[in-house]
Amino acid sequence: MLNNYVPILIFMAVALIMGVAMVVIGRVLGPHRPDTEKNSPYECGFEAFEDSRMKFDVRYYLVAILFIIFDLEIAFLFPWAVALSEVGMLGFVAMMLFLGILVVGFIYEWKKGALEWE
Amino acid sequence: MTETLLGFWLALPSWLQILLANLVKIVIIVLPVVLAVAYLTYAERKIIGYMQVRVGPNRVGPRGWLQPIMDAVKLMFKEIIVPTNANRFLFIGAPILAFAPAMVAWAVIPFSDTLWLTNIDAGLLFILALTSMGVYGVIIAGWASNSKYAFLGSLRSAAQIVAYEIAMGFALVGVLMAAGSLNLREIALAQAGGAHHWYILPLFPLFLVYFISGVAETNRAPFDVAEGESEIVAGFHVEYSGMAFALFFLGEYANMILIGALAAVMFLGGWTTPFTPAVVASLPWLGDGIHWFLIKVSFLMFCFLWFRATFPRYRYDQIMRLGWKVFIPVTLVWIVVIGVAKFLTPWGYLFH
Repeated sequence: MLNNYVPILIFMAVALIMGVAMVVIGRVLGPHRPDTEKNSPYECGFEAFEDSRMKFDVRYYLVAILFIIFDLEIAFLFPWAVALSEVGMLGFVAMMLFLGILVVGFIYEWKKGALEWE
Repeated sequence: MTETLLGFWLALPSWLQILLANLVKIVIIVLPVVLAVAYLTYAERKIIGYMQVRVGPNRVGPRGWLQPIMDAVKLMFKEIIVPTNANRFLFIGAPILAFAPAMVAWAVIPFSDTLWLTNIDAGLLFILALTSMGVYGVIIAGWASNSKYAFLGSLRSAAQIVAYEIAMGFALVGVLMAAGSLNLREIALAQAGGAHHWYILPLFPLFLVYFISGVAETNRAPFDVAEGESEIVAGFHVEYSGMAFALFFLGEYANMILIGALAAVMFLGGWTTPFTPAVVASLPWLGDGIHWFLIKVSFLMFCFLWFRATFPRYRYDQIMRLGWKVFIPVTLVWIVVIGVAKFLTPWGYLFH
């Protein structure tokens, strides 16, 4: 059973090694002549005005929170969908209630304007 | 000669045998994927070229056949620039983090009935987990670059990827409800017996949502605001050069092909033939096989390029509206429709 996952572990190691190897190849084969102008952050030819780690729009944060909620919902839906023929009517009604509660939340977000970008 | 080799092989400890056998299989999967990525970039430039009534690359090799190889060689000999203010470790780690999951996901793709690296029961869950990893590469790259364009680009990409991942996940739930299994091979086998069994028919809205989300997920045109050349130059990978950039590129294209392969397996029956068993019985060469899988994936890849040549870029607010206000409601409704059809009406057989 778990034997099936061994190739995946090996594949992960291979992929990481491939990634590292490619960076190393680039470093070995390519030139390495740093200077201050070349290594300054790109800002259309200007000197960088200020630190780039600035404040950003709170909506990105909101999207991340909504994502967690909905992704959890998907995580709950996955096993339910696979076992759909076994959970029967009770399982179906229970999941519809759960979805209904989440849809109420979704409508609330929508009406509150959490999904607006202009 | 073969006997000595066989003797040598049998003398190895069993863990080494497993390791070596798997390494060979992994190479057999990775090499074609990397080659496919290389020639997808060539196909992209050629197809978009012809769609815009020009020829596309035609200098390197006959008809430009060697162009992707030379591109790779060129990138190898370019300097990897690390900006002064960047976090060195994260800056170098991000492309590797973007590339590795895009490769590992191929471990569970069934290329044909018997051709796969591993056949795990949680295949689809594994794929979902790995494709979610891609967003970390984007965020870390944007943060570690310490450049305004990279930072803004990574924020946009991350929010977009995350928004469309939800729609994508819901579309997958619909497939699971129809197939009753997370195992990709079983999902494809459930659609065997001709094109009228394919899930694209009963789950057509989910197929559309899945495929368009896939385009958005990989930051492809028309959803490529993250790298909108005219406003934030190249987005999160603006500071990357040489092989570090090549890794992002490889990851993005490998993800594109992966989306196509998954769509083929989940909605178009994977390697199964579109013809009914009656037709196959009289014409056996039309039967199942890896070529059907390759044809379906190639067609979906062509659609990716076609979209890029056809549609103008979406505005960011339009992208978010499409993801949150159109796709998520559509998929939710369709999940309920499948459930209701299965449990409350006699038409449940339509969704098997």
